[in-house]
Amino acid sequence: MTPIDTSKGRGAAASDRAGRDTPAGSGLALSLRGVGKRFGAVQALADIDFRVGAGEVVALVGDNGAGKSTLVKIISGVYQPDGGEIEVDGRRVSISGPRAAQGLGIATVFQDLALCDNLDVVANLFLGRERRQSGIVLDEVGMEQEAWRLLRRLSAKIPSVRIPIASLSGGQRQTVAIARSLVGDPGIVLLDEPTAALGVAQTAEVLALVRRLRETGLGVILVSHNMSDVLAVADRIEVLRLGRNAASFDARDVSIEQLVAAITGASDEARSGRDDLAATPNPAGGTS
Amino acid sequence: MTVAADLADERLVRSKGLAGAVDVVWRRLRGGDLGSLPVVVGLAIICVVFYSLEPRFLSSFSLVNILTYAAPVGIIALGIVLVLLLGEIDLSVGSVSGMGAAVMSVLVVRESQSVLVGLLAGIGVGVLVGLVYALLFTKLGIPSFVFSLGGLLGFQGVLLYLLGSEGTINLPSDSGLIEFTRFSHLTGAAAYALVAGVVALYVLGGLWTIRQRKRAELSAPSVVGLAVKAALLAAGLAGLTYYLGIDRGWSYLFLLFVALVVLMDLALRRTRWGRHVFAVGGNEEAARRSGVKVTRIYVSVFVLTSTLAALGGVLGAGLQTSVSQATGTTDTNLTAIAAAVIGGTSLFGGRGSAYAALLGIIVLQAIQSGLNIVGVDSSVRFMVTGAVLLLAVAIDSVARRARSSSGRG
Repeated sequence: MTPIDTSKGRGAAASDRAGRDTPAGSGLALSLRGVGKRFGAVQALADIDFRVGAGEVVALVGDNGAGKSTLVKIISGVYQPDGGEIEVDGRRVSISGPRAAQGLGIATVFQDLALCDNLDVVANLFLGRERRQSGIVLDEVGMEQEAWRLLRRLSAKIPSVRIPIASLSGGQRQTVAIARSLVGDPGIVLLDEPTAALGVAQTAEVLALVRRLRETGLGVILVSHNMSDVLAVADRIEVLRLGRNAASFDARDVSIEQLVAAITGASDEARSGRDDLAATPNPAGGTS
Repeated sequence: MTVAADLADERLVRSKGLAGAVDVVWRRLRGGDLGSLPVVVGLAIICVVFYSLEPRFLSSFSLVNILTYAAPVGIIALGIVLVLLLGEIDLSVGSVSGMGAAVMSVLVVRESQSVLVGLLAGIGVGVLVGLVYALLFTKLGIPSFVFSLGGLLGFQGVLLYLLGSEGTINLPSDSGLIEFTRFSHLTGAAAYALVAGVVALYVLGGLWTIRQRKRAELSAPSVVGLAVKAALLAAGLAGLTYYLGIDRGWSYLFLLFVALVVLMDLALRRTRWGRHVFAVGGNEEAARRSGVKVTRIYVSVFVLTSTLAALGGVLGAGLQTSVSQATGTTDTNLTAIAAAVIGGTSLFGGRGSAYAALLGIIVLQAIQSGLNIVGVDSSVRFMVTGAVLLLAVAIDSVARRARSSSGRG
């Protein structure tokens, strides 16, 4: 299939979806099993299991150096894992590059958003996937209509799609970046620190956006440092620590303290301490 | 009445009627989005000053000359606009234009090839140079400033080598190239027909846009506004046609230049390629991550720039009827770059328009011609051109600051 065909097909699919108000339910299931990644002498990720289903928000948390970014880059195709399996909808796949990830229906919104300040909202939304009339001329009207449809679907507050990105607030830029990830009609959206640089109101806006993504049946992976954000929107919370799965929580019955303990490793040490005690009734056996 | 989808947000201030339109323009200017206003004002000042010094400056003979002689360097400046949009530079366009002209003249005069072969070879040299530049830039990562500086010297050397000991090659006076560049003018009924055609295309295009946007339930520009603009365009063009017609009329060379500018403008604003050029100039990394084939954009732009430079070179040679050791040296380079910048193309990439080349080169040519008519030495001309360039860049920088403080990028 030529790139042009792909873009047309995906564009059409996106417009079908955006036209519906009911949840589309076309999200994908992504699962990783035993994935590892090593940089020289550093084992950045080891034996990671991770899954996200349709209509589910999974938060990925962890301290600096826990391997979050590495995992994000593996899922978005920037890095190749050293081992392990990746499945999309039960099919084993290899994500050979960012384009392959998009082709599989995995859209990534990177932390630095990657928007062109000098272009307007419509141009940014469709950058690299422009629609054309009769093969040459840009279909500006069609793209503008579709832009409004996408933004309404997210109930996004962008006053005009014909103003340059430079004049938008941080939250609005984040909204545009998320809306852009939907242009390709993905099944899974990966958000890397979407609220890191935002104020209170804008954070609430973006979190509402995440909920609406879930309502439309998408699988959402949310990478964040902010525990209250994570607890506010996530269904499940996966904790990474030193490149390994440290814990997995149901967001409904976990407290910030428990999360922090899992992230910092305090709970591990507490538990391993108890295990040691249980396993070695004779204290003298523990010292060797 | 239902509100169009793009005007639904309550925060949008709707502007209605003439007062509203004036307000919109005023706010845009305050926000640093100057567009071509500084150039137009500058041109008006130049006209007033030189006219008061020497009324012959605005005679139709003088205007025809200004437009005709603006064309070759204008075509080179059009290429410069492209590289500047990417935030790169090509310092060697003058040398490439000289080399293209030399290759053509050597083939035509010494090797007795047809003018067509000479033209194709001359322009082909430009394509080749562009390809090499693109290779150096995309594969080896050499800054464009450096390799084009090398080209500036190197290709001037090629020019001198090709011309050999004679130093000057005169083109045969009966060649079609000289006929086209020097003696072909559009005047009378044909010129008015062209004006009518241009205005008709403008109106049709406008009406089509309005119809499409209405059908898509988006806000559409008003028909009255379109009619007013079309009337102004028609009056302006018809007036110019009449005035230039008193002398020789529109020169074919200038019309070719304008046609290239219009084509380039459409390519930049209405095609995927043009959109990607602006994207790469604005944020290369963002463009790459969005799936824009950044390398291809660089290759296409470097090739187009050198090709337009060579085209400008051969046409300029036709206009001068000869190629000499001075062809395309020193001031051709800087005039072309200055024209693009004076016309409003930002040196920082991602901002500009094809019309910048047209406006900028007319300003510079008007200054040169005015100083000639007034009888000032060329030393003064260089100083004035330098000052104008400085002024243009200063305006660009101030406007940039105003833009960032008012959130226009």
